[in-house]
Amino acid sequence: MILTNEIIQQKLIEKFGNQVSGFDEPYGLLSFEAPKELNLKVLQFLYDDADLQFQFLTDLTGVHYPHQIERELAVVYHLHNLKQNIRLRFKIYTAIEAPEVFTATQLFSTANWMERETFDFFGIKFIGHPNLKRILNVDEMDYFPLRKEYPLEDQTRIDKDDEMFGRGGTNS
Amino acid sequence: MLEKVHNHISLPEGSIEKQTTTINLGPTHPATHGVMQNILELDGERVVSSEQTIGYIHRAFEKLAERRPLYQITPITDRLNYCSSPLNNMGWHLTCEKLLKIETPKRVDYLRIIIMELARIADHLICNSIVAVDAGAFTGFVYVMQYRELIYEIYEEVCGSRLTTNIGRIGGFERNFSNTAFEKIEKFLREYPKVLKEFETLMTRNRIFMDRLQGTGGISAERALNYGFTGPNLRAAGVDYDVRVQNPYSSYQDFDFKIPIGNTGDNYDRFQVREEEMWQSLSIINQAYQKVQAFKGADAEIFHADVPEYYLPTKEDVYTKMEALIWHFKIIMGETDIPKGEVYHSIEAANGELGYYLISDGGRTPFRLHFRRPCFIYYQAYSELTKGAMLSDAIITMSSLNLIAGELDA
Repeated sequence: MILTNEIIQQKLIEKFGNQVSGFDEPYGLLSFEAPKELNLKVLQFLYDDADLQFQFLTDLTGVHYPHQIERELAVVYHLHNLKQNIRLRFKIYTAIEAPEVFTATQLFSTANWMERETFDFFGIKFIGHPNLKRILNVDEMDYFPLRKEYPLEDQTRIDKDDEMFGRGGTNS
Repeated sequence: MLEKVHNHISLPEGSIEKQTTTINLGPTHPATHGVMQNILELDGERVVSSEQTIGYIHRAFEKLAERRPLYQITPITDRLNYCSSPLNNMGWHLTCEKLLKIETPKRVDYLRIIIMELARIADHLICNSIVAVDAGAFTGFVYVMQYRELIYEIYEEVCGSRLTTNIGRIGGFERNFSNTAFEKIEKFLREYPKVLKEFETLMTRNRIFMDRLQGTGGISAERALNYGFTGPNLRAAGVDYDVRVQNPYSSYQDFDFKIPIGNTGDNYDRFQVREEEMWQSLSIINQAYQKVQAFKGADAEIFHADVPEYYLPTKEDVYTKMEALIWHFKIIMGETDIPKGEVYHSIEAANGELGYYLISDGGRTPFRLHFRRPCFIYYQAYSELTKGAMLSDAIITMSSLNLIAGELDA
């Protein structure tokens, strides 16, 4: 059977009913979302189903949408069925006050570091992760830098004494 | 009576009873070929367990990208896998073109393929010759370096720089290839096969080299897939997944090439897969070169798509035409709004599938940009690959995985 976006969508709706939503095909890639409690169930279904077989986790990352109340943080999974060569994007949303989602490390070994990276930058806690600690930033850091409340420094500021880089100090 | 003086060194509790040795490999160790740390627990010379620490050269690229217009992100991508910067640059341009729905002319695609395959050769060349160095053979490395130098000269002729290339623009190239560039490509195509052959004669069937590499650092196809391996490392384990074939970009479908695979996924297979890929890349460059030469007259002058919103006009036009001046200003100041959208695009970089996940909310800069860095993803298998191996084999495994610190840390 040749897998198409319609068949995947149909199968997902058959299994999860109206809990999976937001089906879309931006640039030909099927994308949808599910409640965060269901993330493992959906991933497992996509992995195990004889027709779907999405057994390759291409990418896992976070996104911060500060203006979506109660669903500020997103976890985005990019999955790939290598046999049929079809990809999909699966998103779950969580509130920033309690950013807890289940880990996918049981299913994909590769999720280990990807989840650590997502935790490191967005503070999303992956419940059940074997070693959830920062990976690229220092352990002492007490904030999550890719969240939108941390803007990059204004490059035109002059109040900072940073003579070596040509701002502030005696040169300006 | 005097109190007993304790003047011996006080060791941490339990360290006398401990049967294993802890050693610190890195962060700056000559054998790691990059800034990364491994804390190894050794029983004699065997690795019992290891823990990786990365992030020593983390530069927050994903955050930086959120404040830059698209064209200013290209130099950031240079610094991911700095052994093959042009591949990263092209991957980024292709992602932008996908988001902006730009169609590139065929000649641009072929020129890009020449550059991308040259970059792949440069990257594999480094990786394989470094594997040889770690196995104790320095000669091959020093010898092939002059051909990487020739590749760098080609880059220089095309874009003006060598290592962090910033090559190409959204829509094509900043200028047409010069005659010198074509001459250098011809020279490379003429001379390199002989050198690669010589390198293979030196290494491939070398008894000592084979004994060091065969059966070390192996991984099964199943585990490799579960670990998200891509590129030569996955193919060495026997899975013929190559983005160039599965999801052709930049007109790879017009080319005839083979995807070499191994079967044990060990260091020797990885070495062999990379060797064969270099031959395939040479063949692709040859084909692309023929195709480029077939363009005549005005067609041979095409080196970019017609996208004035994103492609800088020539200086002559800027000084003489109002339109061009406006575009120039808007592009340089980053005042072009990019369309709203969400796109994932991946290319077959030298290490594997290099993906760009770009979210635009309709502003002037990306809302979020995430790099799927193959290095970062497969390095986590290192513990599993080296468990029970000799320390010296663990070193070879590290270099045959082709770990590039820039890509690891982003």
